[in-house]
Amino acid sequence: MAIRDSRKSRSRLLLFIASISLGIAAMVGIVSFRQNLLKEIDLQAKELVGADVRIRGNRDLPDSLLNQFKKMSVDYSRENFFSSMVLFPESGGTRLTQVRALQGAYPYYGSIETIPSEAGSTFLDGKYALVDEKLILQYDAQVGDSIKVGAVTFKILGTISKVPGRSDVSATIAPIVYIPHQFIEETGLIQKGSRISYFHYFQFGQAVDTVGWVKLSEITESKGYDVETIEEEKEETGEAFSNLSSFLELVAFAALLLGCLGVSSAIYVYARSKVQSVAVLRCLGMRSWDAVGIYLIQVVLFGLIGAGIGSALGMIIHYFLPTIAKDFLPVSLDPVPYWPALLMGLAIGMVVSLLFGLLSLVGLRNISPLSAIRFGASDINFRFDRLLIPIGGAILLFIFLAVFWQIESLIEAVNFSAILVGSILFLFALGKGFVWLARRLIPKKLPYVWRQGFSNLYRPNNQTVILITTLGLGTAFLATLYFMQDLLVERVSLSAAEDRPNTILFDIQSSQHLEVKSLTKEYGLSLMQDVPVVTMRLLEVNGYTKDEAFNDSTVSYPDWAYSREYRVTYRDSLIDSEELVEGNWEGKAHSTDSIFISVAEDFMDLKLGDELLFNVQGAILKTYVGSFREIDWRRVQTNFLILFPSGVLERAPQFHVLVTRIDSKETAANFQLEAVQKFPNLSIIDLDLILKTVEEVLAKIAFVIRFMAYFSIGTGIIVMISSIILSRYQRIKENALLRTLGASRRQLWVITVAEYLFLGAMSALSGLFLSGIFATLLGIYSFDFVFTPDLTQMAIVFLLVTALSVIIGLFNSRRVVSNSPMEVLRREA
Amino acid sequence: MSAILIVSDLNKTYGSGEREVHVLSNIDFSVPSGSTVSIVGPSGSGKTTMLGLCAGLDRPSAGSITLNEILLDRLNEDQLSEIRNRYVGFVFQDFQLIPTLTALENVMIPLELRGEKGAEQAANELLDRVGLSARLSHYPAELSGGEQQRVAIARAFSNKPKILFADEPTGNLDEETGETIEDLLFQINQEQGTTLVLVTHDLDLAEKTQQIIRLKGGKIVETRAGKNIKS
Repeated sequence: MAIRDSRKSRSRLLLFIASISLGIAAMVGIVSFRQNLLKEIDLQAKELVGADVRIRGNRDLPDSLLNQFKKMSVDYSRENFFSSMVLFPESGGTRLTQVRALQGAYPYYGSIETIPSEAGSTFLDGKYALVDEKLILQYDAQVGDSIKVGAVTFKILGTISKVPGRSDVSATIAPIVYIPHQFIEETGLIQKGSRISYFHYFQFGQAVDTVGWVKLSEITESKGYDVETIEEEKEETGEAFSNLSSFLELVAFAALLLGCLGVSSAIYVYARSKVQSVAVLRCLGMRSWDAVGIYLIQVVLFGLIGAGIGSALGMIIHYFLPTIAKDFLPVSLDPVPYWPALLMGLAIGMVVSLLFGLLSLVGLRNISPLSAIRFGASDINFRFDRLLIPIGGAILLFIFLAVFWQIESLIEAVNFSAILVGSILFLFALGKGFVWLARRLIPKKLPYVWRQGFSNLYRPNNQTVILITTLGLGTAFLATLYFMQDLLVERVSLSAAEDRPNTILFDIQSSQHLEVKSLTKEYGLSLMQDVPVVTMRLLEVNGYTKDEAFNDSTVSYPDWAYSREYRVTYRDSLIDSEELVEGNWEGKAHSTDSIFISVAEDFMDLKLGDELLFNVQGAILKTYVGSFREIDWRRVQTNFLILFPSGVLERAPQFHVLVTRIDSKETAANFQLEAVQKFPNLSIIDLDLILKTVEEVLAKIAFVIRFMAYFSIGTGIIVMISSIILSRYQRIKENALLRTLGASRRQLWVITVAEYLFLGAMSALSGLFLSGIFATLLGIYSFDFVFTPDLTQMAIVFLLVTALSVIIGLFNSRRVVSNSPMEVLRREA
Repeated sequence: MSAILIVSDLNKTYGSGEREVHVLSNIDFSVPSGSTVSIVGPSGSGKTTMLGLCAGLDRPSAGSITLNEILLDRLNEDQLSEIRNRYVGFVFQDFQLIPTLTALENVMIPLELRGEKGAEQAANELLDRVGLSARLSHYPAELSGGEQQRVAIARAFSNKPKILFADEPTGNLDEETGETIEDLLFQINQEQGTTLVLVTHDLDLAEKTQQIIRLKGGKIVETRAGKNIKS
């Protein structure tokens, strides 16, 4: 009976199939992609590290430890990382890069891929350099040209195309230049205040003294070094990419949820068209549940077809995702089908059709056989049905389990599900509110056609509540995606505002300070900030040394707070990126006073009056926390965790940072060139270049997000169409009757426009309101910024959604308007 | 008496090729203004199709229809709508009230579409005339079949039509209610001087009209005067 009944209705189920397919395609694609990625990370883990063990620190490993590690391994390499300006003498181009000075046969697993290929190992044999291919392209250089790093000029022996464990995006942010380690001193770049990372790589033989190794690792880590094994790297990389794919899966799930709304709407439409048939079947003796069963079987069967199409589409997508996301992947990826994802797609499709199908079909139970013989009684009775409680509960459980499965956090899954259900209830209530208001507020003096259109919002069988809920939620999802993406880009662009600094010169030694300042003045540039920087280490907090803090469970001062090197400044006043939030700031300290410093709020959970003991390059300095500052870290300028008052550190060894603004590109190039030539150790951050880089990276991220968002948008449009088609069966007959009674084409258009204009506008407003809440929550909890609505953007979304709903509404009514009433009534009968 | 409706060589076919069905063939007749006419015939003889064509609800495959001296053939849908709104009233077998509008609102529609003032008062009076003044704010689903048909009659006369087409107006009603509706139809028809074209199976009802046109197989097989003409 179910198959027989569906024969003439299959085209109506197309929307239902489409609603379900896109969401499932997105989910299956992402899940397969994640599995492939994790498998590949597993396989290529050794190449991620390039060695069996990697030790990383911001100072060199003491010989005592290094020798012990060397004894346990068969080979050893070392590498120093630091940021430095490089100069391409041929083109005169300068740029801040990551310089890596390598010694040894690293990488032991995988290789530094270069063109020509042998350059990856032979560059260690002389004054040669390997240069990132992005740099080569940017400065129009070629193999054989020179590159100047500090005081040494190297010949470019090859271009780097791939480095173990490094994604293309990282290369965009900080392009690499490899030089042999033996020339590092000669470059003159290792000076006071230089930030250098020290890496040591070890290759193990067949037999490893596991006990000795664990003990040695612990000792090394306790001295502030990171000891990383292949296994740890595998876990960390896997975790990082799980986060990325979880995010993408949530976007896919949003598409699926929109699809569920589409399913619900499409089945509701379908159920309405079956009221008369059910009534007749009931007259002929069919039990109410059997009637529901007929359509439920159809829905599940078509749901399976939709899920099948979606799963197949998902498998195709998973072949393309590695290409789309390749810039972010640290490993190469050859996609292979992950069949459990396909089965998952089919299962989700079936569950979704069953649950959301029941939600709409359960109303068929209430159809009276009387509907078959009494005109006007043939509507599904959607008054409260007790069965809706367990069905609603099952849907909630499904949403919760699906979210939990993706983000694997109970609290977040509860929050996400609660926000989702809350949003639906909010929109439902809003829809009810609009119906109530429409009934009372529509002016009687409005022209008839407008009154007729608006009155459709509250008259019996109106679609106001369901359309506002579905359209509103769709709008909310899509608008949130749109706003977040835009805000992230805007956040970067803000830093480039006209009155902000755009060039930072750092690593200026005290001996160079005056000369650099005068060079800056020669170019007519204003010194927006001249900041002294003093490096120091933390010895004690409230009398607790690192070891004492570690062994005392009553205090919780983290290890890293003691291990890190602090770069602090001193001045007598706060700057505009800082705001005092607690305590008092005394800008000047006198030699007899206690030293009260200002600390970034929330740092180490310190309290006012806490005592901090610093080692300032040999001199011990006792200080007290006198105040806390809120710092806007997003500003492109120097910001400091710890601020000293003036009068304390003036004589300490220090280096300087100058901040300026250069408006002309030509001046910037000349200034940078001269500065780098005169002061090779100087590093210059060019904000315009950073902005360009960030935009490049964001464009890549945005592409991945957009790719997933297209599924949501596609599903949203299908939902919108099916939501509006919901009302077609009601309106089409009414319009045909109005036509019979003499309504003109224009009058019918106006009636339709009035109804859908209001529905579209109200849905868009509700959706935008919700998206504002979503964006605010995301801003606070995920991106650390305050969402400020952009009225222009909101107006665009509002107009788009409203226009789309009016267009779809008019499109649905076109048949009534262009055909003869007799034809319409006969076809709709 | 001049003719308000002239039908000449009217043909209507549906489908094409082997599936082509001739619903009406070579129909010719005219209806004098202010008269009452019934169209009778067995099911499938083309009665309702002919009514729809005469009222400009559908288009003929061949032939012409002149309504109130206006040739309908070349009019577009909007012009046909205007003709219906100005000169035509309808009563259907299944009432065809708009379910989302109250009785009063249903009756007001033709006048409101015309943009006439005083639609509410006119509709009130008509509903009072058909005995439904107490049911103004009821929706169709809340009315009995007879009540719905009375609303439909009130709506049909609300625009003071020159011609009223009624398709089996008592077909869905019991005998007693049907008679009440018939009386109402004829009374208001006479009061307003409207031409009445009835499609019916009910031969007794047909005999009450001045002219009876009998259809069979899409052709007129008999045209004669009614025997118990209502005056």
